[in-house]
Amino acid sequence: MNLDLLPFLVSLRLGLWVTVLLLLLCFPLAWVFARSRGRWVPWVESLTSLPLVLSPTVLGFYLLILLSPRGPLGSLFYSLLHVRLAFTFAGIVIAGCVSSLPFMLSALRTGVLSVPGHLLDASYTLGKSRLETILRIVIPNMRSSIVAGVVNTFAHTIGAFGVVLMIGGSIPGVTKVVSIAVYEKVESLDFSGAHVYSGILVLVSYIGVLLLNRIQRREARR
Amino acid sequence: MNMVHFDLKKQLRAGDHLFHLDAAYCLQEGAFLGIRGASGSGKTTLLRCLAGLCRPDSGCTTVGAETWYSGATGLFLPPQRRSVGFVFQEYALFPHMTVYGNVFYATGDRARTMELLELTRMDTLAKHFPRELSGGQKQRTAVARALGRKPRLLLLDEPFSALDEDLRRSLGDELYRIQAETRVTAILVSHSREEISRLCDEVLELSEGRIVAAGAEDRFGPEARGRRAPREV
Repeated sequence: MNLDLLPFLVSLRLGLWVTVLLLLLCFPLAWVFARSRGRWVPWVESLTSLPLVLSPTVLGFYLLILLSPRGPLGSLFYSLLHVRLAFTFAGIVIAGCVSSLPFMLSALRTGVLSVPGHLLDASYTLGKSRLETILRIVIPNMRSSIVAGVVNTFAHTIGAFGVVLMIGGSIPGVTKVVSIAVYEKVESLDFSGAHVYSGILVLVSYIGVLLLNRIQRREARR
Repeated sequence: MNMVHFDLKKQLRAGDHLFHLDAAYCLQEGAFLGIRGASGSGKTTLLRCLAGLCRPDSGCTTVGAETWYSGATGLFLPPQRRSVGFVFQEYALFPHMTVYGNVFYATGDRARTMELLELTRMDTLAKHFPRELSGGQKQRTAVARALGRKPRLLLLDEPFSALDEDLRRSLGDELYRIQAETRVTAILVSHSREEISRLCDEVLELSEGRIVAAGAEDRFGPEARGRRAPREV
């Protein structure tokens, strides 16, 4: 059987990009959501959770409108950077970030809330700045939440289908991810090919979840 | 002689009941002040205001020639810019750091860290993590860490509340010794009249945020006299 590895490489690249970008983007958001008492917080928080309940095709449709060359974000990107978003790898990274946002955000928010406020107060009274406190006290004490966010986000992203198909289509080596390859194999009645792609995806997801459970158990014993 | 002066006002809430913290006092640097009062009388808030962890509504805090807070001018130094050490009720030791790591985090200096661990008799447990320590050992580590920055003001928020009676007494004596050796100005919050009488030079009694009694500790009754641990230095 001739197994095309390109969809795996695209999925892996997509998973890594989305996970790293969301880790950087969600930490400040999680901090604000966990610590702020503003009335606007529940409104914005609900908005960021929307991808959890929204159909991926609906999400993909609106993202396509937004990222298409005539859409507000697509035209802005093109005029500033001469970069097209629809049907490109950059486009599916943005789509992946939107659809996986709640997975990273909720894990990090839980992590920030799990660090007792008196540890922060203690660090401040020892002369440490907020940034140093975050780097040396908060982050080391929310490791299991960070791992949970990373594993969930990565696993969700490499399994994404609807939203990626809507924004990226199926361009081999660019936007064709494993889940789209599975769909195409099934559509062409190549069930053994679909089994191989799906089996590898199941295995990768299982290893991720296993890793997460082991780390969380170890943290709980500490 | 340098003085520590505070005059702090802040609206507080205890359940549905609103009241005002309104406390003013002046003590000499190097003194050991005790603040006692019932739960919810504003003791901890007063300490937090002094540390800069909580902003008062009005008033002022001065330590020697430094102004840490002035409601009139809007000056409010954050805790990082106040020379304070704070021992929290729950000790607030960093769980991912060893005893040495906790103190080193404050000092940034190996020799100073070892000196403080010896002062608090925690040098033999330097490599232990907080989860491996007893309540008394945690308390001593917290004191060592709070002294790490050579603070002008050491604030202790019910540091013995989680300990049994014997341990409270021995650690109280130890705290007395450390304060005497370092000559740091210390403010101890406790609801234990006996503890404060035994350790402190001066006492404030708070009730619903107001000072209802203040002065040298032996003004507060006969139980204070003859109970003080001997000064070793």
